[in-house]
Amino acid sequence: MILNNLTHYEQAILVLSALVLFTSFALLSQPRLLNLINTFAWQGTLLALTAALVAFTSHQPHLYISALLTLILKAWLIPWMLRHQVLKLKLHHETETLTNGTLILLGGIALVIFCYHVTLPLERLSTLATRNIIAISLANVLLSLLLIISHRQAVSQVVGFMAMENGLFFAALVSTHGMPMIVELGIAFDILVASVLFGVFFLHIRENIDTLNVDHMNRLSENEPTVRN
Amino acid sequence: MPLTALDLTLLIPLLSALIFALIGHWRHTGWLNCLFTALTWLASLQLALQILNQGPQLAHDRLFYIDAFNVYLIVLTTFIGMTTAIFSRPYMAHELTTGRVNPKRMRIYHTMYQAFLFSMLLALTTNNLGLLWVAMEAATLATVLLVSLYRTPESIEAAWKYFILCGVGIAQALFGTVLLYFAAEQVIPQHENALLWSVLHAHAHQLEDTVMSIAFVFILVGYGTKVGLVPLHNWLPDAHSEGPTPMSAVLSGLLLNVGLYALVRIKVLVDGALDHNLAGYLMMGFGLLSFSVASFFLHRQKDIKRLFSYSSIEHMGLMTLAFGLGHPLATFGALLHMTVHSLTKSAIFITVGHAAQIAGTQSIDKIRGLIHTQPPVGWGLLIGTVAIAGFPPFGIFMSEFLLITALMKTGPWLTLPLLLGLGIAFAGLFKHVQPMVYGEAPPGQHPVPANMLPVLVQLGLVLWLGLSIPLFLNNWFDEATLLITGTSVWSVL
Repeated sequence: MILNNLTHYEQAILVLSALVLFTSFALLSQPRLLNLINTFAWQGTLLALTAALVAFTSHQPHLYISALLTLILKAWLIPWMLRHQVLKLKLHHETETLTNGTLILLGGIALVIFCYHVTLPLERLSTLATRNIIAISLANVLLSLLLIISHRQAVSQVVGFMAMENGLFFAALVSTHGMPMIVELGIAFDILVASVLFGVFFLHIRENIDTLNVDHMNRLSENEPTVRN
Repeated sequence: MPLTALDLTLLIPLLSALIFALIGHWRHTGWLNCLFTALTWLASLQLALQILNQGPQLAHDRLFYIDAFNVYLIVLTTFIGMTTAIFSRPYMAHELTTGRVNPKRMRIYHTMYQAFLFSMLLALTTNNLGLLWVAMEAATLATVLLVSLYRTPESIEAAWKYFILCGVGIAQALFGTVLLYFAAEQVIPQHENALLWSVLHAHAHQLEDTVMSIAFVFILVGYGTKVGLVPLHNWLPDAHSEGPTPMSAVLSGLLLNVGLYALVRIKVLVDGALDHNLAGYLMMGFGLLSFSVASFFLHRQKDIKRLFSYSSIEHMGLMTLAFGLGHPLATFGALLHMTVHSLTKSAIFITVGHAAQIAGTQSIDKIRGLIHTQPPVGWGLLIGTVAIAGFPPFGIFMSEFLLITALMKTGPWLTLPLLLGLGIAFAGLFKHVQPMVYGEAPPGQHPVPANMLPVLVQLGLVLWLGLSIPLFLNNWFDEATLLITGTSVWSVL
């Protein structure tokens, strides 16, 4: 791929997708919750920017609405709610111990390569820029999955969950110029409800299990008979 | 514009959810819940009648599509929604008096019950695959607070697991849907129509096959998580065992069906696009794996609700296998199995709920002598288990028999693990159920207020479907088989 042959739009999209991928890696190795949430907010801002850019070049005014929606939800509201919860539950001093940090980052790189491999068959169908972008958005989804697996703090897992939605939104945006409006609205509604529910859950977990470390959720398992009255 | 039956079917649960959220808990909310679900059921019957007379219909600018494949699932959903509401009224009242829930949580319970029904009905009726995803996600969100309703550490853990696992799983389905849209955009000029199932179905043969196969893998993982396919099943037994029992009845009886429905709808498109049977083989593999793993896990269960949730995984695996096989007989059997499994399993969960209230525990070792303490509950559990294990003359025997016949014709070697698995599952179920029903009742065990009418009606229906399938249902199953496999079931008989 020779960058000079691409249009300005494609170059800009490639830069943005690289930045989104970078934030995904930053999330993966971030042990502090507030920093994690800030990085997540930056990722949301990048997404909103991408949506605005796609709307501008493809002349699809409905994408401006998605851009605005993303900016409000992903860059402001959800990070604000998470930050509020973290401060309320006094989790901001805690540092997560990430075991095998280096290994996880290396695993992340392997995942990105794997995603390029998966999207290889799409080559015939689409331009080079699109193929890159689908690979990267798939990588974002899988990196968020890795984030959920490697972090033990419930709040980090929620950030991972939301970052996964970001990856999906990015995929829809750049490969197909967004989904139909009704679907996007529905997805935004689901995410909003999910973030409220997560907030409720943090409180319940704190009240009943005392800590938001998910390793302490180990009562239900097939190995030991659960003793109950 | 007058409201059609379809509008009513969707609007009644939506409005009821709003009403329950607004008025909160009141002495008669349980009755109100029964009334609303009964109205929804009547509306869906009216809708079914229209489909029966006029054939498939598109509504509201093609946003909704009702055909033979989803119409009977809609009626089934509203019917079980109603019977479970009837069961839940005395059950939840009992939970309220024993202090496991408070009025504030009863408000959440009734609101979410209706919201859950609405999202499932939306998923079943919509023609837009994006909206289908939104509805599936909404169904998860509606049930997550119900799973944690008792606020015990176990239920919180179960709900968290359910939330994260299903959320992550279903996100994969959205990626698959994006890829599907990507493929559709290349061939369908109006992009806003490119996610409509009816449009995609007409253009299925033009869709790019590599994109479609990658998309199907993601969608299988995503909706497969909701169906409870091994290895993505971990949330299912936890969510079933820790939530209130009416919830387990609708989760097992309905939500799993809706997940499978979504999967099969997309399989039809993928089959049209590919010239090989990738989708079928993948579904057969996962189905057989789920079936076998679950039938072994039945043996080591200690909790009665976990026992029957593993039985649900087993049956969902069986249906996935049957749809994957793609033979008209197997598909016909799977459609029938969806119906009879839902009816039987929700009846069983209703009985199990009463049994757990009689014994004051869900532990299998401590539930004893149900038939002595409260004969209707004991008989209900026994007959329900006989039906779910696939004994004639119940409907599940019929559908499993059809599947085995189809397997004999297409891949005879597969019948061996299937029959073996059915035997293992039967042994696992009866090993646990027999002492619970006939064992010696512990002293001081008292009957509880129970309404066994829903169980009687549902098991009666299963028996009826085992003896004879009414003609209109037969025609619907056959039309759906024709849609899914491209061949009518009569041509292979």
